[in-house]
Amino acid sequence: MSSHDHHHHDHHHDDEHLSEHERPLSGPALRVKALESLLIDKGLVDSKTIDGIIETFETKIGPRNGARVVARAWTDPDYKKRLMTNSRAAIAEFGFYGYGEDMVVVENTPTVRNMVVCTLCSCYPWSVLGLPPVWYKSAPYRARAVIDPRGVLNELGAPAADDVDVRVWDSTAELRYMVLPERPAGTDGWSEEQLAAIVTRDAMIGVAVVTVPEGSK
Amino acid sequence: MNGVHDMGGMHGMGPVEIEVNEPVFHAHWEKRVFATRLACAYHRRWNSDINRYAVERMPPVDYLEASYYEHVLFGLETVLVEQGVVTAEELASGRAAGKADVAGVLSIDGLDTLLQNRIRARRDEKVAPKFKAGDAVMARNINPAGHTRLPRYARRRRGVIDRDFGVYVFPDTNAMNRDPKPQHLYSVRFAARELWGNAASDRDSVYVNLWDDHLDPA
Repeated sequence: MSSHDHHHHDHHHDDEHLSEHERPLSGPALRVKALESLLIDKGLVDSKTIDGIIETFETKIGPRNGARVVARAWTDPDYKKRLMTNSRAAIAEFGFYGYGEDMVVVENTPTVRNMVVCTLCSCYPWSVLGLPPVWYKSAPYRARAVIDPRGVLNELGAPAADDVDVRVWDSTAELRYMVLPERPAGTDGWSEEQLAAIVTRDAMIGVAVVTVPEGSK
Repeated sequence: MNGVHDMGGMHGMGPVEIEVNEPVFHAHWEKRVFATRLACAYHRRWNSDINRYAVERMPPVDYLEASYYEHVLFGLETVLVEQGVVTAEELASGRAAGKADVAGVLSIDGLDTLLQNRIRARRDEKVAPKFKAGDAVMARNINPAGHTRLPRYARRRRGVIDRDFGVYVFPDTNAMNRDPKPQHLYSVRFAARELWGNAASDRDSVYVNLWDDHLDPA
């Protein structure tokens, strides 16, 4: 440490070229390794459980879950009614539980666009979308979504027309929001599975619209 | 606290950049720290509000430079020590001075149950609501040094109760002294122009979840 401090001023610019792993003050990999082994030694965690949690979040929990919910809401009016009035219970019909948090589904229409953010931390609906992408947790989105939602939507290629209401939902409580996107034209008669395949994570956050990719169906 | 974590409305943070086909994790240590924190939650030595307040106390320059999983690591190390689960000496040395006084550890079979019951912010007790849908309200001008879920951009702004979600734990006190202070939680609609001035579209609005203790009639 002291040699780093000593050289810090002279070589400040060199520091900026180092990768995250090489930078002396950021050794998260080392710290995490030490912390995990300490907690195992203290009998607080089990490394096999940690492996299993990682596998669950990498393979079982993710935006395909939310896409199935959306596709059913698009094809089954009774389901949609349940989803809009008691979102957590309707999502639990698939076996996807609100993970201790309640769920609220907000619906896009030709005149309303919804966008979800957590300005204070990174609250996100794990049960339907899995873990959040980096951009959702990062300063640019958290800062701008509430003050300049139309600018963000323009940049991301999903602009809202002037005659559309933009509603931003700041997730400041243990309630998680999911957007029910508009069903795209040209999908009449599609099955739930076909529809689920075109629903994207970003559409369920509200920064994209669902489109029919070329060559699909 | 009026910290850098309270980012709503800040300028200068740059463009939103979406990574195409982003993996769930970007590094091995990210996976380990995420799962370790979840496994520690099994012991219920802290609540999610205490955890958030720990992350908010990361020094502001570090907070802005750090990635999300570095926030997670900082928060976990902080609560482990503050809640007496490990000592600062153990954390610094990496050597356990003894076993923790806990009844077992999380097994993978218990993950679903843990996830479903991890937060439990909604409460069954009856508490009278101070407001109902359609009521005009003003968010209080509070600036606590401790934890609050009332973002700066909404303070002293006028809004309308959109809906009442029922009775929930109040994070501001639950984080500071484990006082759940159950009260009604609402969605409050603020017109974008009320928050940001006339440059905002008159069609737009921001909905913020706020509790009775954040609001006055307007």
